[in-house]
Parts: sequence; C-alpha cells; structure tokens
Amino acid sequence: MTTLPDRVERRMGLVIDLDICVGCHACAVSCKEWNTQGYGAPLSDQHPYGADPSGTWLNRIHSFEIEPEDAPAQIVHFPKSCLHCEDAPCVTVCPTGASYKRVEDGIVLVNEDHCMGCGLCAWACPYGARELDRAEGVMKKCTLCVDRIYNDNIPEEDRLPACVRSCPAGARHFGDLSDPGSAVSDMVRARGGMDLMAEQGTKPVNKYLPPRIRDRHATAPQTVQLARLAEPEATGFLGWLDRALERLG
Amino acid sequence: MHPAPSIIVFTVLSGLGLGMVFWAGLGLGPDHGAARWWIAVLALGFAAGGGAASAGHLARPDRAWRAFSQWRSSWLSREACLMVAALGTFGMYAAGWTLGGVRFWPVGWIAAGLALATVYATAMIYAQLRTVPRWSLTPTPQTFLAFAGAGGLMGVEAASALGGADVSAGRVLLALALTAGVAVWWQTEAAGAGRRSTGSDIGTATGLGRLGRVRLFEPPHTGSNYLLDEMAYRVGRRRAYQLRLIGAVAGFLVPLALTLLAPLLGGWLMVPALVSHVAGVMALRWLFFAEAEHVQAFYYGMR
Amino acid sequence: MSGAAATGPRVETSPHVSDEIRRTTCYMCACRCGINVHIRETADGVPLISYIEGNRDHPINRGVLCAKGSAGIMQHYSPARLMRPLRRKGPRGSGEFEEISWDEALATAAEWLGPIRASDPRKLAFFTGRDQSQSLTSWWAQQFGTPNYAAHGGFCSVNMAAAGLYTLGGAFWEFGTPDWERTRLFMIFGVAEDHDSNPIKIGLGKLKGRGAKVIGVNPVRTGYNAIADEWVGITPGTDGLFILALVHELIRTGHVDVGYLARWTNAPFLIDRNPGPTFGLFLRDEAGRPLVWDRATDRAQPFDAPGLDPALKGDFPAPSGGRASPVFELMARKYLDPEHAPEAVAARCGIPAATIRRLAAEIADAAFHHPVTVDEPWTDFRGERHERVTGRPVAFHAMRGISAHSNGFQTCRALHLLQLLLGTVEAPGGFRFKPPYPKPVEAHPTPHCHTAPNCPLPGPHLGLPRGPEDLALDAEGRPVRIDKAFSWEAPLAAHGMMHMVISNAAAGDPYPVDVLFLYMANMAWNSSMNTAGVIEMLTRRREDGEYQIPRIIYSDAYSSEMVAYADLILPDTTYLERHDCISLLDRPISEPDHAADAIRWPVVPPESQAPGRDVRGFQSVLIDLGARLGLPGFTDEGGRPKYADYADYIVRHERRPGVGPLAGWRGDGTAEGRGAPNPDQLALYVANGGFWQGEVPEGARFMKQANAGYQDWAVAMGFYDKPQPYVFQLYSEPLRRFQLAAEGHGVRQPPDHLRDRIKLAFDPLPVWWEPFEGAGLDLADYPLHAITQRPAAMYHAWGSQNAWLRQIHGENPLYVPAAAMAEAGLSDGDWAWVISHHGRIRVRVRGMRAVNSSTVWTWNAIGKREGAWALSPDAPEARRGFLLNHLIKELLPEKGDGLRWSNSDPVTGQAAWYDLRVRIEKAEGDGESLPRTGRQASPVGPAPSEVRWGSAWTARGEGKR
Ligand SMILES: Nc1nc2c(c(=O)[nH]1)N[C@H]1C(S)=C(S)[C@@H](COP(=O)(O)OP(=O)(O)OC[C@H]3O[C@@H](n4cnc5c(=O)[nH]c(N)nc54)[C@H](O)[C@@H]3O)O[C@H]1N2
Ligand SMILES: Nc1nc2c(c(=O)[nH]1)N[C@H]1C(S)=C(S)[C@@H](COP(=O)(O)OP(=O)(O)OC[C@H]3O[C@@H](n4cnc5c(=O)[nH]c(N)nc54)[C@H](O)[C@@H]3O)O[C@H]1N2
Ligand code: SF4
Ligand code: SF4
Ligand code: SF4
Ligand code: SF4
Ligand code: SF4
Ligand SMILES: [Mo]
Repeated sequence: MTTLPDRVERRMGLVIDLDICVGCHACAVSCKEWNTQGYGAPLSDQHPYGADPSGTWLNRIHSFEIEPEDAPAQIVHFPKSCLHCEDAPCVTVCPTGASYKRVEDGIVLVNEDHCMGCGLCAWACPYGARELDRAEGVMKKCTLCVDRIYNDNIPEEDRLPACVRSCPAGARHFGDLSDPGSAVSDMVRARGGMDLMAEQGTKPVNKYLPPRIRDRHATAPQTVQLARLAEPEATGFLGWLDRALERLG
Repeated sequence: MHPAPSIIVFTVLSGLGLGMVFWAGLGLGPDHGAARWWIAVLALGFAAGGGAASAGHLARPDRAWRAFSQWRSSWLSREACLMVAALGTFGMYAAGWTLGGVRFWPVGWIAAGLALATVYATAMIYAQLRTVPRWSLTPTPQTFLAFAGAGGLMGVEAASALGGADVSAGRVLLALALTAGVAVWWQTEAAGAGRRSTGSDIGTATGLGRLGRVRLFEPPHTGSNYLLDEMAYRVGRRRAYQLRLIGAVAGFLVPLALTLLAPLLGGWLMVPALVSHVAGVMALRWLFFAEAEHVQAFYYGMR
Repeated sequence: MSGAAATGPRVETSPHVSDEIRRTTCYMCACRCGINVHIRETADGVPLISYIEGNRDHPINRGVLCAKGSAGIMQHYSPARLMRPLRRKGPRGSGEFEEISWDEALATAAEWLGPIRASDPRKLAFFTGRDQSQSLTSWWAQQFGTPNYAAHGGFCSVNMAAAGLYTLGGAFWEFGTPDWERTRLFMIFGVAEDHDSNPIKIGLGKLKGRGAKVIGVNPVRTGYNAIADEWVGITPGTDGLFILALVHELIRTGHVDVGYLARWTNAPFLIDRNPGPTFGLFLRDEAGRPLVWDRATDRAQPFDAPGLDPALKGDFPAPSGGRASPVFELMARKYLDPEHAPEAVAARCGIPAATIRRLAAEIADAAFHHPVTVDEPWTDFRGERHERVTGRPVAFHAMRGISAHSNGFQTCRALHLLQLLLGTVEAPGGFRFKPPYPKPVEAHPTPHCHTAPNCPLPGPHLGLPRGPEDLALDAEGRPVRIDKAFSWEAPLAAHGMMHMVISNAAAGDPYPVDVLFLYMANMAWNSSMNTAGVIEMLTRRREDGEYQIPRIIYSDAYSSEMVAYADLILPDTTYLERHDCISLLDRPISEPDHAADAIRWPVVPPESQAPGRDVRGFQSVLIDLGARLGLPGFTDEGGRPKYADYADYIVRHERRPGVGPLAGWRGDGTAEGRGAPNPDQLALYVANGGFWQGEVPEGARFMKQANAGYQDWAVAMGFYDKPQPYVFQLYSEPLRRFQLAAEGHGVRQPPDHLRDRIKLAFDPLPVWWEPFEGAGLDLADYPLHAITQRPAAMYHAWGSQNAWLRQIHGENPLYVPAAAMAEAGLSDGDWAWVISHHGRIRVRVRGMRAVNSSTVWTWNAIGKREGAWALSPDAPEARRGFLLNHLIKELLPEKGDGLRWSNSDPVTGQAAWYDLRVRIEKAEGDGESLPRTGRQASPVGPAPSEVRWGSAWTARGEGKR
C-alpha cells in the first residue's frame, strides 16, 4: 500500500560507522549474493563478461575525498543502501501499491508481484537506493534482509542482514532505532549518528556515524621528555643506560 | 534525468489531447459536421495515444492496470484515474455532440475539469519530486497547464480548419503569447533552481560536508548502472541552447506566424502551425528532462 | 489516510535457505577463511552452490567474509573455467588449442620429463605460484631431483619473510599478528590488503572500538590507511630512514626496554673487534655458545647461563685475546649518529622532523607509560620462573609497501629492530607469533641444490643460508639454480626467485632448460616485470626454429594469459571441487593462542558443475605424474603408485615419523601434532568445519621463543624434535658472514663487481640506501614514484572473470597528485603517457589529494589481454585497463659497465616492484590504453550475456519476457 503507516511498531535499520569502513565492498557483494537467491527475483547482471557490464545491486560502496581546511586530505568509504525512511517518498509516489512500509518493523519493501516497473519510486528516492532489475523489470531495493532476520531456518545468531554478518571491520550494525535502549541507539547518541540529506524530509531510519577527528594531534605526550637525555648535565644515552641497568637489578 | 522518448511523447501528446478536451468541453469548436469529428477524434487520439506511449516506459506494462489503485497518495495513480475519467466523460460528451449533434453542457464542463486535473496530475508527478529541484522548485504545473492550453487551442483550431470551419486566430495568438510567457517564467525559475536551493549538496548527501570540501574519489562501480543511466543524464550547454532555440522557434515563432497568416492564406495553415508547435514543445520537454538534475547524482560525484 | 492497517502483503520471512551446508576453506586469496557453502540440488539432483558465508567457528575469519569470498559463486561458475586438458595447436600466444584426454596429457608430460630426469634433472624448472600446497610441490621437485624449484614468495614478499626469520624467527607475513586485544598504538606500514585480509579488518575494528590509535604509514591514503587516525604519507622507499630516525629518538631519549633487550635479544652478545676473519662475529665458547659480559662475575659467560647480569655497553677483553663490545653499544652508537636524526631525513621521507619526533614520543608514551601485564606464570629457557608477562602495547604490521623495494630487507629489519627496542615482540600488546612460529634460523633447512641423474635432491630446495658456505654455487662459484637464487646476486633468496626464471631461461643464463613447468602463476602477465618483454621471451625462437624454452607445461583452472603461452595445459578444478591442505608444514593460519590447519574438500564434484567438464585437482595430477615417472616417495618398492590421489597423500604421507601434512586427529583420532596416520582424518576435518585447532597451554602463550613450556609443547606437537629456545637477533651474524666474504675473507667470496654492494647491503645492523632504480637515474627526468595497490575486491588477475567483481573494478585509472595533474596540464579522465627508463604506457588519469605529492599509483592487475578470461575482446579491462608492469624492468638502468644488474633487493633477490620512477605527459587519447599485446583465442566457450544467479530456485526467474 502506497500510503505510509501512521505508526510503526519498530524502526529496524542499520547504523554504519564511517570511521571504520575500509571500503572493502564485502557487504555489497554479500548483499548481492544473498539477495540474488532470496527475496523475489534474482538480481540480474547484463553483459557480465562484455564491454559494458552492469547489474542490479542493493548496496554500493562509494568513496569520497575530503579536504579539510587545516589537515591533510582524507578518504572516506561510504556504503549506501536503502535507509528505510520514515517519510519514504518512494512509497507514496508508487502508483501500484507495490512499494510499502511495513508496520511491524518499518521495513520498506517492494511487492514484486505488483510492481509495473515505472521507476517513479527510484526518482523519488534522494539516495539512489532503488534499482530496476533489467531482466525481471521490477524495482529492487534493500529488504533489510527481511528473509533472514526472522528466518527460523537460520541459527539465531545469524538472523542478521547478510551485509552486517559479513562486514569484516564491524562497521555495520543492525537493530531497532525506535528503542532508545538498543545498542544501535546508544551508538547513535554516543557518536553523533547523522541523517543523510535531512533537508529532503525523508527522516531516514538508517544512521551514519561520522568519521572520528583525524590528523589533529596534541603536542608530544607530557609523559615523554624528548629533551631529557640530550640535556648537557646528563651523560647522554650511554650514561643513562648504566643507570637503567642498575635499576633492573 | 534520462529523456526517455516514451515519456516525452506521452506528456506532450496527452497534454495536447487533454487541452483539446478542455476547450471542446467548454464548448469551443464549431458545431458543424466534419469539424466536430476532427475535434473529438484528435482530442481522444492524442490523449489516448500519449497514454499508450507512457506504457512504453513501463518495464512491466502487463501490470499497468494496477496503477489505478493508489489514487489516495500517488500522483501517477491519480493521473491514470483522472485520465480515464476525463476521456470517458469526454467520450460521452463527444458521442452526443458528434452523433447526436447535441452538447450536454454539464458533461462537457466535467470533462474539461477532469482534463485540467489530469494535466495538473501529470505535472505533479514531476513537481512533487523534491529530489529534482528543477521540477519541484519551479512553476511546473503552471507550465504544463499552459502548454496543454495553448496546444489544445491550436488543436481545436486545426481540427476545425480540417473540418472546413473558420479559424479564430486571435485567441490562438493570445494563448501562444501567454504560454511563451509562462515558459520564460519557468525557465527563469529553473535557471535559479540550482540544486543548492533545496539545501542539498555533496556535503549534506554524505554528511561529510562539515569536515571539509568533499569530492567523489571512486564510484562504486567502474561500469554503469540503472541509476546512472536514469538519473545522471547530462546534456551539453551548446546542445541545450540549440534545443531551446528550436523550442522557441518551432514551438512559438513559427506557429505565431502561421496563425497570423491563416486568416489571409487559409485555415489549413493551423495544421502546420500545430505540427511545428508540437515539435517545439517536444524539444522543450526533452530539455525539461535532460536538464533536470537529481540529488542522488551527488553520490556519483556531481557537486 | 489511515495507514495503521496497511501492513502490506504477507512476506515469507522464513524461506528455505538451502538443502545442505558444507563447510570448507575459501580460496580467493591466501587468507584461508572458513566458509559455509550452501548447496541446493536441482530437479535432476545436481548440487549447485547457492550461497557462501563465513564460518563463525573458524579461527581466521570468525564468520566474516570479504567481497572476493562472497563472490566465490561467480568464481566457481566462471565461463573462463578450463574444461579439459589442452595441447597447443597454434603458435604460442595465439590461444589455439586442441582438447586431449587426461591419459594423453599425462603421457605427454611423462614423455617430456622422464628423459630429463635420466640425463640432467636441471633441465626441468618447476615453479609454482599462488600455491598453498608447497609442502607437496617442493617434495615432488625434490624427488625429481631438479634444483630448480620455488614458489611465488620471491616476487611477493621474501624481503619481509627473510628479514623476519633472520631477526625474530618469524615474519609479519602470515607468521604472526598484532595483539589486537591489548595494543594501544598500532602502526601499519605499506599494507593495502595483505594475506591476513579479514583478520586485519577485524583487528582494526577492534582497535577502533577500544579507542586505540591507528597510524597508517603509506604514500596512499585508501583502505586501511583511510581509517587510520593519523596518516603519515611517506615518500616511497624511505621507510628505513623514517624508522631509524624513530630509533634514533627513542635511543637518544632513553626509551628502550633495557631489561627485555638484555634478556631476550642478542643486545648483550659480545662482538669480536679484532680485525681479521672473525671481526664482527659473536664471541663464542668452545661449545659454540655466544658469550655476553656478566657484570656480576665480571667475565664472559654463555648467553643462556642462568642468573646473568649482562653488560650492554663497554669494551671488554675477549677470552681469545683482543677486545669485544656488546651488540647494544655498537647499535646505540650507530643510530645516535646525527645522520639518523629526524632533521637529517625529514625532507627525503616527506615527513616533517617535528612529526617524526612527536611520533617517537607517542610511541614511547604508549610503550613505557601504559604497560600491560598478563598474570600468567611461566619459566624461561634459563630456568627462571616469571610470575607474569609484561608487555608494551605498541604493535606494528607491515607488508609489501616496505618489502617490495631494493632496500626492503634492511627496512624490514629496521622495523623489527624498533619492535625489539620497545620490547614488543611476543609480549602482550605487541606482536605475537602463530604456532609453529617463532622458530630460530637453525630450525630451518639450508638450501639444497646437488643434482644427479635419476636421483632425488638430498634435501629441500629452499632454506635459510647461515653463511656463504650454504650458497647454491657450483665449483666455479656460478649459480646452480636457473633463477640464481642463493647465488651472490641474491644470497638469502629464502623463497627462490620466480620472477627471474623466464628471462634467465630465455637467455640460457646460467643454462637453458628443456621444460618449464608452471602451476598457478600468470607469468605471461601480471606476475612478471616487463610483461611485453616476457611475452617476447616466451615466444622467442632459436635458430633451428624451436622455441628458446622448448616446452611449457602449465596448470591453471581458468583461461588466463599464461595459458595461451603454454604447450600443454593441465586443467585444475576450482577451489570447491578438490582436496587442498593448508598445512603447518607450510604457513600457519591460526591466531597466537592456537595452532591450526585446514583442508579444502570437494563440496561439489567437478563433472557435475558443467557439461563435458573433465578436470582434475593439480595435486592429484602431480602425484599421478610422480608415480608415472617412478619418483621415489611416489612409488612403492614394486614401482606401483604409492598414493591413490592427494586425499590419500594428505592422510598417509609422513614427513617425519608421526608428522604429516595435517596435525589434527592423528593416530586413533585423539592425537594432535604427532601420531600415526589416521584413515578417518579427513572425515574428522570435514565434520569440524574443515579445520583443526589445538590450544597453546596456559603458561606457554607468551615469549614463546624463550618459554620452556611452549618449547616442550612445540616438541610434543612435532613442530621440531627438540626444544630450541633462542634470543632475537638485533645483530645478524649470518649477514656479517657474507660481509666478511665481501671484505676478502673465507674460501667463497663474491665476484668483484658485487663486493661493494654486499659490503653495504649485508650490514649486520639495519641500514638504508637509496632504492637502486632511482639511484641510477637523473631524477629530474623521472620525478615521480609509481606504485600499485591491491583492491580489496579483486584478487590479482583472476577477479576479472568474476561477473560481480568486475563491475566494481572493470578498469583502472592512474591516480595522480593534484599538483602533478596541474603541472602536466591534465584533468580527470584525460589520457597521459607514463614514462619510465624502460618504456611508456598510455593510461587514463584521475587527480587525487590524499596521496604523497610525488607518488602516482593504480590498482594492481586490472588490465587484461584481449581474449583472456572469457571476456569479450573489447572488455574495459583490455581497452582501458592497464598493467604498470610494462614499465617495470627486471634489470636496472644501464650503468655503463656492461653488466646486467637485476632490479631486486641485493640480499634476498626480492623483486623491487615499488622502486619504479616515472614522469607523465599529456597524451592525445583515442580512448584506449597502450601497449596492446595482441589478442588470444579463447579456449573456453562463449560467456553468457546475462547472469541471474539463483533463478533455478527462486520462484520467479523467467524474466519479464
Ligand atoms: N605491478 C605489480 N605487479 C605485481 C605485484 C604488484 O604489487 N604490482 N604483486 C606481485 C605479487 S606479490 C604476486 S603474489 C604476484 C601474483 O601474480 P600471480 O601469481 O600470477 O597471480 P594471479 O593473477 O593470482 O595468477 C595466478 C594464476 O592462478 C590461476 N588460478 C586461480 N585459481 C586456480 C586454481 O584453483 N588452480 C590453478 N591451477 N590455477 C588457479 C589463475 O587463473 C591465474 O592464472 O603478482 C606480482 N605482480
Ligand atoms: N584483495 C586482495 N587481497 C590480496 C591480494 C589481492 O590481489 N587482492 N594479494 C595477496 C598477495 S599475493 C599479497 S603479496 C598481499 C600483499 O598485500 P599488501 O602488502 O597490502 O600489498 P600491496 O597491495 O602491494 O600494498 C602495498 C602498499 O604499500 C604501499 N607502499 C608502496 N610503497 C611504499 C613505501 O615505500 N612505503 C610504505 N610505507 N608504503 C608503500 C602502497 O601504497 C600499498 O598501500 O595481499 C594478498 N591479499
Ligand atoms: S532510502 Fe530511498 S528507497 Fe529507501 S525508504 Fe528512503 S526514499 Fe525509499
Ligand atoms: S517501479 Fe514499481 S515499486 Fe516503483 S513506483 Fe513503479 S510500480 Fe511502484
Ligand atoms: S540489509 Fe540485506 S538487503 Fe539490505 S543492504 Fe544489507 S544485505 Fe543488502
Ligand atoms: S563490509 Fe564493512 S568495511 Fe567493507 S565496505 Fe562494507 S561497511 Fe565498509
Ligand atoms: S580474505 Fe576473502 S578471499 Fe581471502 S580467503 Fe578470506 S574470504 Fe576468501
Ligand atoms: Mo604476493
């Protein structure tokens, strides 16, 4: 249904730590791998061995270069999938009702049996999180691994999105962002978790933890006296060495 | 945005057809023989043909019927419903008019209202997208309505001429002039509607703007993808200028001239005037898409 | 518009996942993670791989999986898979083959090899690349009797391996790991991806979580370096200078762990100062034990005597007469010299002196003001009991960025020296080895090269020479091996020198070979320097029209570039279709508190995975070939094959009594390490997820090199046969022995043109010299350094056949510092010439700022030859991708002395990939990269135009049409 629910019971989503993401693409590939054999139609690839390979992915890793005013340039690796927005414009524009937001967990899904492949939802999404599968002709997007997180056929500890389970650096976290006591909510508070393009008014559920401050160093640690042994009254390093050996006993 | 031919044909032709419905529904057009037929057939033909073209944009046209279900929230769904309603109503009106020679005025007015609403809904499909500032921050509905109005009027006049009736050049000239004004207005707004005016930029898109100047280092894939094909279309400045010129000349100057000459040389000139106008509007509509930039292109390096 | 009821359609949230999970070991890189392979059967009962995920119980990856691992399905079902044995039909390089049967293929190979073994086994050069079965392949070559065997370590990171083995008894390179749980400051030098791929990522995540500081030392700031809290954008090739400046500062300010140095390193060893043939060697007692000066008794004592109070400085009388000083004194004097001061090196390294000084202070602070203690009593080899272990929470890791230079060996040694000064090796919070490491040099073999017709080699090919007497030289002092490993050109070539094989064989220097037998190495392409030159050598003909290298046998699993240049192709299976053994006899996979090994096993049968497919696991083929050739060890007394196949070999082969390829479940299934062969062993591995793990007992976990408890456990496990504790080698006596030879001592001395170089390079204490390529050029002509990095989502050449991964890296730009772009008038996407002293290539450029200002770089091995890998000839890899290798020459710029100087480290022969110097110039591009190397016909079927993996069992899958 194309109208958004007034209220969702939980707001399940991802928290992505940009301080830790090394840009390895593991989450993107494992997402592709899980979803090509899972929810809905396979994620197809066109001309996979040809001159212009392309395919449908639900998660892609971008890399940005940042030039701070007063520090060396940095690279930030930036994974991006559907943010499961609270005010999801992709849902309300959908003419067929194929796009909808679930009441029970806030997951935004596409009912592939109803989708007519008009692409309007992808136009409405500010984040580029929806891709039309060119073989099946239906809209694809992150399902938050709805077929994993409640799946009784999967061991309990693995009832996580495929991308979260595979991320080697531990940069991806999954949980209920409507529960202020959840681990993900804690993280968002502690690290200043942010919304992407808040001005678009979509109220994303997924949050991004910004990179920690880099390359700003205090002066040398106070505990270490760099000039100490170079002082003229000392006998230099080899004199110090004797005293150090004495202390060893 | 990718200027898909099916959508350009759809919006231009359905706008034209619905514009004709609007004027005919209001009672324009001569009441004599062939002209009625020409008006009714062309109005329905353009509108329905445009609608059919829109299916070309669907990956699963077999499911197009589902688009009638979400009128409560979706402009695309509303447009579909309104279109059917408008054409249905106009069909009844036209049947009475052409076959029975009677105008059921209230039905005509309703058809006119529905046609107007349909064009508005079409425009709102684009105007609602905050993701495309060039559409959402500009008088897009006004423009679509104006184009539909002017085109519709020319359509009615051309159909009348084909039916052997006299044409009324004055109101066409007025409509064209007004529409040209609206088009200039839209263009002025669009030129100002850089993506900044939504406040979105590569910095807010990534949330990294406060750390420093942000630029794309590596895209996620070296190849292309649906999003880039669809959303990251770029048109050259020169090309845009040429097309805008075509739009102005073919869409307005030529029709104006032909319309001026029509009373002197013959009403049939309204036909080439209409053809020229449609070609010009197509060029402008192509630019409407091609020049529109989507905020998600920030993620692919557009600043 | 009330939406509360709008729950949407019912979604199947508990779908069936797969029919079965088979647990094995990944192989899209050498990290060797555990994987759960999900299998679904088709309607006709064919098992297909449906999903691959990490195995949570596995010690390496603990459930996570990298991009390559997750894309394993596309690797396994690649259209580039070879289908049957092939015999070359067209000229080399054409890619024209005819399919033959296995019987024919094996008979041909035996026909080519048998006569060689009977006449001159040297005429076979057997080199294996990305191999994880070295213990079998080297054993096979040994039984064959050729001296010409090695694996890929020589072009890969032998500097790192050798420096670690000679200094610490193990290297960063897979033998150990930072103590992720306890370290406080972590410095990572020159690592883009590494064999320890997932563990490093897991570790970095942990450090970040704990708020430990991560410092990346790398000219390029991507990947691991992108997330570093501080980036040190060093100029390539100067790490040695930078590290020794840190050493200078730490020594100058007294921030060294004196107690650790005195007890656990050779810092107190007395060095003979008497000019003559023993100058610079350790003073030793009659039993050969190095001596230290005991301050308590005021006389020289063997270093391992209990209760010593060893002097670290001074000038003492040598018992044999003359004077001696402790290593530490020599070392301190050397590094306190102002030439090592931060100011002296700052400009060269591209790091401000103040930064070097602050980093030294941060290191000192973390090390000496935040010690970590583990309350685990242990007893050292001197018999002293310690109630706890105290460590310095500073950890380092490094890989090819410092080792793939012509000064890499000593740079790696410098880093180890820094670790030792801080007392961070094998101590909590520092760098810890994975069993069976650490091991002293003495626990390794020396190289063997003596050949005779129809005779096995007397011992293993590869090893660690202790001095010139162990070199592989003939009576005239000429190299015995085709790659010249263990000759004066590369005395400590611990892993051999694969990158010299083809050029030496083509030049007939030191002698020609008849058969080149390669396994899993794309030597015609990305693993060679001077790729176009190597292609010429592989196709060069003698006067009689025969190829210069007459026969080339190659085993690959895919249609690589190398396949097109071979005469006989032995098609291998994919990693999911064969037995493999990741053995402690090769390299460890565990974490420090465990010993572990693993297998791969055929989770799907190869013939079921594609119609008409007839491929065999290479190891089984090698065993078959060994039996056909009647090699000892592969045949029984009656000349019958000893092993049915590789699986049988893994279970029954014993290297020493009770010690075989696998350590787990030996004997009756309860023995670990040592025990009789157990016929059920493989089944037990499979049942355990494909790996075995044994725990290091408490009290044996730290300071393993000196820990009596560990030594006893290691002996019980069969790592070695008697305890062999040792101290770390700040000062390397083997190096000094080579230096003495260069100074004119001993019977084996280097040829004159190499003397000076050996005197310089074999300094027993770490030194730095200008990388050779740059030193031989006018740098005004070649102002830029050019290097490569591995992309995390691509494995060398073979990721490009992967439908998913090649979408990520289908072509590679050259990344150029923004200032250099401006200077050359370039903007993003332009084409440029990149010019080295050897040649020029045309590539596409992109500007970048997070990079050292004199460094350009690109992703490694993306460029492909047209027609290879089942890609369409106009694939972006072939048209716009490129290899930097075309610019890297295997020889140094001419010096005008008429000699061929190899572009390698003078100690180990490691290929100096990252010494490359270039300039860039704007090029008029026609949209294609240059050079082109022609097109090869594809010996494998056409690739599909669409992939929809999973359509066999997702409800849909018919497509929209
Ligand atoms: N410019 C530059 N060049 C470099 C480097 C660099 O950093 N920069 N790095 C160097 C280093 S460290 C290395 S290790 C080399 C690596 O270079 P190579 O060892 O040549 O590496 P790969 O491309 O992995 O090629 C291995 C071959 O093994 C084949 N293969 C894959 N799987 C199997 C299998 O299951 N069985 C068999 N039989 N064959 C298989 C592949 O198809 C491929 O042809 O490159 C070196 N070259
Ligand atoms: N994904 C993936 N993983 C792999 C491989 C792969 O192909 N793909 N290959 C495997 C193999 S065979 C190997 S050998 C390992 C190698 O793993 P790494 O050692 O990480 O190898 P490289 O990618 O060559 O990275 C070298 C790094 O050193 C930097 N560098 C270059 N010169 C210098 C220098 O002078 N000083 C410093 N400080 N840094 C420098 C480069 O910028 C680069 O970041 O990776 C293994 N893991
Ligand atoms: S990220 Fe895009 S697709 Fe996902 S809910 Fe928000 S608007 Fe919709
Ligand atoms: S593409 Fe499908 S899901 Fe998206 S708006 Fe159209 S019908 Fe709805
Ligand atoms: S939650 Fe699932 S569908 Fe979404 S990005 Fe992660 S793996 Fe892909
Ligand atoms: S797997 Fe983790 S570290 Fe790798 S790209 Fe994804 S989020 Fe980043
Ligand atoms: S790091 Fe990746 S490719 Fe390498 S073994 Fe592990 S999962 Fe496989
Ligand atoms: Mo390597």
